[in-house]
Amino acid sequence: MAVKDYIREKFFPHIWCPGCGHGTIMGSMIRAIENLGIEKNNIVVVSGIGCSSRICGYLDFHTLHTLHGRALAFATGVKLSRPELTVIVPMGDGDAFAIGGNHLIHAARRNIDITAIIMNNNIYGMTGGQYSPSTGYGDFATTAPYGNIDQSFDFVKLAQGAGASFVARTTSYHVNAMMKILEKAITHKGFSVVDVLSQCPTYFGRKNKFASPIDMLNYYKTNTTPIGSEAKEKNPDLIERGIFVQEERPEYCIEYDKIIEKASQRKVTNGKV
Amino acid sequence: MKKNIRFVQGNEACVEAAMYADLDFFAGYPITPSTEIAELLAYRLPMKGGKFIQMEDELSSMCAIIGASLTGKKVMTATSGPGFSLKQEAIGFAVMTETPCVIVNVQRGGPSTGLPTSGSQGDVMQARWGTHGEHAIIALTASNNQDVFAMTVEAFNLSETFRTPVILLLDEVVAHTRERLIMPKPGEIHVVERLKTSVPEGTDYHPYLPREDGRLPMSDFGGVHRYNVTGLMHDMWGFPSNNPKVVYGLTHHLVDKIQGYTQEITRTKEFFIDDADCLLVSYGSSARTALHVVENRRARGERLGLLELHTLWPFPSDIVRKSCASANSVLVVEMNMGQIFQEVKKAVDDPGKVFLANQIDGNFITPTDVLNILRIIQGKGA
Repeated sequence: MAVKDYIREKFFPHIWCPGCGHGTIMGSMIRAIENLGIEKNNIVVVSGIGCSSRICGYLDFHTLHTLHGRALAFATGVKLSRPELTVIVPMGDGDAFAIGGNHLIHAARRNIDITAIIMNNNIYGMTGGQYSPSTGYGDFATTAPYGNIDQSFDFVKLAQGAGASFVARTTSYHVNAMMKILEKAITHKGFSVVDVLSQCPTYFGRKNKFASPIDMLNYYKTNTTPIGSEAKEKNPDLIERGIFVQEERPEYCIEYDKIIEKASQRKVTNGKV
Repeated sequence: MKKNIRFVQGNEACVEAAMYADLDFFAGYPITPSTEIAELLAYRLPMKGGKFIQMEDELSSMCAIIGASLTGKKVMTATSGPGFSLKQEAIGFAVMTETPCVIVNVQRGGPSTGLPTSGSQGDVMQARWGTHGEHAIIALTASNNQDVFAMTVEAFNLSETFRTPVILLLDEVVAHTRERLIMPKPGEIHVVERLKTSVPEGTDYHPYLPREDGRLPMSDFGGVHRYNVTGLMHDMWGFPSNNPKVVYGLTHHLVDKIQGYTQEITRTKEFFIDDADCLLVSYGSSARTALHVVENRRARGERLGLLELHTLWPFPSDIVRKSCASANSVLVVEMNMGQIFQEVKKAVDDPGKVFLANQIDGNFITPTDVLNILRIIQGKGA
């Protein structure tokens, strides 16, 4: 199938700003799904609220556009009730780690087989450029006119600490690497978190002296490096990309099947188990 | 003892009824006084291949059941006051996306942490207007185990029939009172199954286009129809729209599909109302006290009657007005500052004859509390 077979063409052009990285992520995601050959009817995409969440309208899968921060909670209901479905949850940085941070750490702890893709543009774009949990110290935003004094989260470390069994980082510049990582994340049996750095020239760029999307993509090119590279040793400020965690751990839905197996051997007599 | 007679708490009766109504999926978070519902379902659901999950908070429990419902499952969550407050945003999502689900709120004293182990009926208005925006909702209640069972099954039935969240407003007294429950036999109470679309694969399916009878057949996530579900205003395909015509149509649909069927949704019980010159109107645990007073006074020849409401929302104004028409006085018995009292006053022809007997100190409302007000109404002094 071609890429266009996975999209709802009548809703294009999309609402993302010119130069936004989100469309690139959607493209990589579609190619990853195509390469894996997953039947469209078996894919459920659940999103939250924000620029990232609008991806639901464009994809020809079962799509659920939910509440700000709660996408993983809805997705947990979908996945646990129908474990045979592939559940993918694209979220923004504010969506996933501010208002929805609690759901993310608990989905990671349960290791439920869901793929969380963080479309991380370091800003709240839909509402016009307020600082998010991944806006850097000293960066500017409409709610940080004097510079941001919040420290940012390292999403990779956070997901790792919360128990996600697959954790990776990539960027909208490294399109092929992103596709390969997403393939692995979707195939991985357990909770996967992929932090994708995605440029927002309109709100983050304008406030932070990134003149164009090209400058931002060049930043991803020159300021990131593969995990454990020599360049990182020489320059510790470089951001590492690649797969940080890929481990086999008990998956929640499979564990629940064991509960069903145990429970089905018990009987209810007069309401007592 | 006969096998079909049980001695249980109201919360257990609710669980038995949910199982009877083919509950598949429950997500919840521990909170007094509803916790027994989660505990029992953690045992019971996997026995039939169903799923139970204790989520990280109240919000996610509500979200999880909506997700599960969209895959074609019958779903429920249970909570109490503070948790009910937290669930409101997602209840609105279920309203907007027309996703069937049942929310049990075992009411306790509030606001805030309030009185976790005491009965109250303070969430009646929150059930109606808790989530933001214009909408309609169905809320049911019950006063004894047998009715808790019947209304729980009814909650599932109405939620499937009208594609809406249904709120089951129990209270601490009903939930923790142990009494007899006669277990209905399979088939004795009708169970409504989900109405699924007959549109074949490859044909355009409209998830939000009502049929002539107003019902909207569903298609399961994971099935042959891939469609969009959103909390935004949306068209008949489920895609976001801010077209004024679409918004007007959807807002009206969400309200009319429930308000327009008030008669069909209304469930009440009547005790001696035909010749009552003083009519008590009550619901939930308060109705137990009200019934006690009525039966006692009837035995002495006084013409008291009771209209017990099982449906609180949409408010059964017509039945209340008709039932109250020939009574000289109407006494609403409830455990709040008059949430249903105000609705009854709005419904009747002569609001001046409506009085309130209530209790708000955490104690259960007693016959003495009601009789004290009755004496004043009947001119016998305080």
